[in-house]
Amino acid sequence: MSSLETRGGGNYSRRPDIFPKAVDGFFRRLKWAIMAVTLAVYYATPWLRWHRGPYAPDQAVLVDLAHRRFYFFSIEIWPHEFYYVAGLLVMAGVGLFLITSTVGRAWCGYACPQTVWTDLFLHIERFIEGDRNAQLKLKRGPWSAGKIARKLTKHALWLGIALATGGAWIFYFADAPSLARQFLTGNAAPVAYATVGILTATTYVLAGWMREQVCIYMCPWPRIQAAMLDERSLIVTYKDWRGEPRSHGIKKAGTFGDCIDCLACVQVCPTGIDIRDGQQLECITCALCIDACDQVMDKLGRPRGLIDYATLEDCQAESQGSPPVPVMRTLLRSRTFVYFGLWAAVGCAMAFSLGNRTRLDLSVAQERNPLWTRLSDGDLRNAYTVHVRNMEERPRQVELSLEGLPGAAMWDSLKDKRTAAPSMRILLGPDQVEQRRIYVRAPAAGPDHYELHLTALDQEHSSASKHVRFERPGENQ
Amino acid sequence: MAEHDKAAPEREVETTAHEWDGIQELNTPLPRWWLWTFYVTILFAIGYCVAYPAIPLATRATAGMLHWSSHGQLAAEQATAEAGRAGVKLAIANTPIDRIPPDSATMRAAIEGGRAAFKVNCVQCHGSGASGRKGFPNLTDDDWLWGGGIATIRQTLEHGVRQPDDKLTRMSQMPAFGRDGILTADQVQDVVSYVRYISRQEGGTPSARRGRDLFAANCAACHGPEGKGNRTFGAPNLTDAIWLYGGDRDTITETVTNARYGVMPAWNKKLDKASLNMLAAYVHSLGGGE
Repeated sequence: MSSLETRGGGNYSRRPDIFPKAVDGFFRRLKWAIMAVTLAVYYATPWLRWHRGPYAPDQAVLVDLAHRRFYFFSIEIWPHEFYYVAGLLVMAGVGLFLITSTVGRAWCGYACPQTVWTDLFLHIERFIEGDRNAQLKLKRGPWSAGKIARKLTKHALWLGIALATGGAWIFYFADAPSLARQFLTGNAAPVAYATVGILTATTYVLAGWMREQVCIYMCPWPRIQAAMLDERSLIVTYKDWRGEPRSHGIKKAGTFGDCIDCLACVQVCPTGIDIRDGQQLECITCALCIDACDQVMDKLGRPRGLIDYATLEDCQAESQGSPPVPVMRTLLRSRTFVYFGLWAAVGCAMAFSLGNRTRLDLSVAQERNPLWTRLSDGDLRNAYTVHVRNMEERPRQVELSLEGLPGAAMWDSLKDKRTAAPSMRILLGPDQVEQRRIYVRAPAAGPDHYELHLTALDQEHSSASKHVRFERPGENQ
Repeated sequence: MAEHDKAAPEREVETTAHEWDGIQELNTPLPRWWLWTFYVTILFAIGYCVAYPAIPLATRATAGMLHWSSHGQLAAEQATAEAGRAGVKLAIANTPIDRIPPDSATMRAAIEGGRAAFKVNCVQCHGSGASGRKGFPNLTDDDWLWGGGIATIRQTLEHGVRQPDDKLTRMSQMPAFGRDGILTADQVQDVVSYVRYISRQEGGTPSARRGRDLFAANCAACHGPEGKGNRTFGAPNLTDAIWLYGGDRDTITETVTNARYGVMPAWNKKLDKASLNMLAAYVHSLGGGE
């Protein structure tokens, strides 16, 4: 921890002012591109439509908590298939390991929402208040009308983005166009307004005011990454063997290193650290210092890469005279393949099971009290609660039939027992679970087990079966 | 790593003056916002203690200014649920039970309500699964003393069995043939043999043949000439596989000798119309309903 600490000592320190300078370069442009993509995905996704027929919502991505369904384009997840979400979380976890062990904290530097929104807010700040120097000047200056106007404009813009961010979130949980209408006319559910309010506040506070404090003090990931990184992970590093001793602008070639101590790398840093102090917890590897330093090196006519993505191992080798290692060779190592293999295996397993899952499901729970009932003609009767899941977006006619129980017949508990037959038809609502309590009667002597078959009576003939017990009295009963 | 040897001298951080093998313990200050957040949580805790029940006293906790309690919350939620049920309950109470369509939402609600009422009022005798026990009819089978139609079940529930102060109660009076000397002990055995013959538990013995005439003279008036019973009198069918007290020789002998007089309360004294209808619907749905 270098430039963050004790300005004035004591047990507590105020947040240091950080005014990151604008910079251009390869990594800055990469960050712009990733920001554009991630923000576009976040704001636009709920508005994508996906036609599913008359019985299902036409929103491409929808978490329908009220009806307990999750829609993702052509995939529909039921609550009992929640393991797919668990699988996605496993993939996200292993993916984070994969990314971290190869390209270090790339998540922190490019894709983390905290980084993306902070970056956006910083850009707005520079747009309104000017670049680093103008901001410093504005801060030192007296409270004039112009200063107040600038500050108000900045915070209004921040709040506007924060509101849009919180607002976009709720559209993932309901039909976006109708919710937007309800929201604007004041007819949405209170929870929608509360969610927007909370997310607006967190976005505004975390991206506008807290910024790097979130990464340094609130986020567990910088601590975890210390366990994930090793000497062969890519980090943003200052090649001190090449830069030291620093020349402080004195032009005496030979006695000094390449670093002229211009502080360009420090001024662009969004977390306010000096990368030349070495690997630090605060460094989110956004690589803006690389862009800044490369510009300076270009002007000085020295080779780029005084600050660069490199592994600690390669730095060591390079300082002893070996040539720089290409990035690809750093990436291609066994650990990468193990993590990637694991990640891909989980993904393939999920894709396979998604492709093969059945959309018609039968579950049978036997009545336990009483297990059996003797009827007046000496036959026995068992009762079952049957759940039939129709996971397709259309009504389906299905037939439930008995097999392997001679002389048996069944009927719906809500219907007359004279309707008893070896099979019964059920009309399933689209995307619904039908529950039926059924009675099965059979002669007193016969098998203890039989099969309950469920067959769809449409072109696709999907089916499901359950091996079911037929309870009979034991000895002396 | 390069950072230790190079960066350390430049740091201006206080240390705790502890050092182990060259590793110093830094005394890094906490961010001030963290301190303020901590103060806010303390304020929140104080506010929470004022607003909600918090401080335990000898018998109960301080009530809190909002007067919230878990009992109160439960009562409010139950009142809401009760209010939500009011409509369907009214419909169940005011519709004759045999007029509610069997496959309707109202009937489903009635069955579920009956399931709950059964657990409170009926399980003591009929058992939690309604399958009864000796002397208490099994309500899940298809054999009924007084009839298994839904309105008939409702009638039996409402007025009970053998309730002297209820004019519409189910009343039957089988003579105690042995105890009152109507039949001799041998004649009782002959009748038992015949009953076991018509229920296909025994073959046609000479005793059963003697019993046939005794049955026709003494029993057929209520149980019918073929012994198939008569629901008007609550006389059980003696030819089927279901026995309220038992179908073995000793039990039937006991029944013929001393007769049986089971009772059931008249539930109209304790339950409202909706509950009676719901219980009838539930019992009717147990598999034997007619």
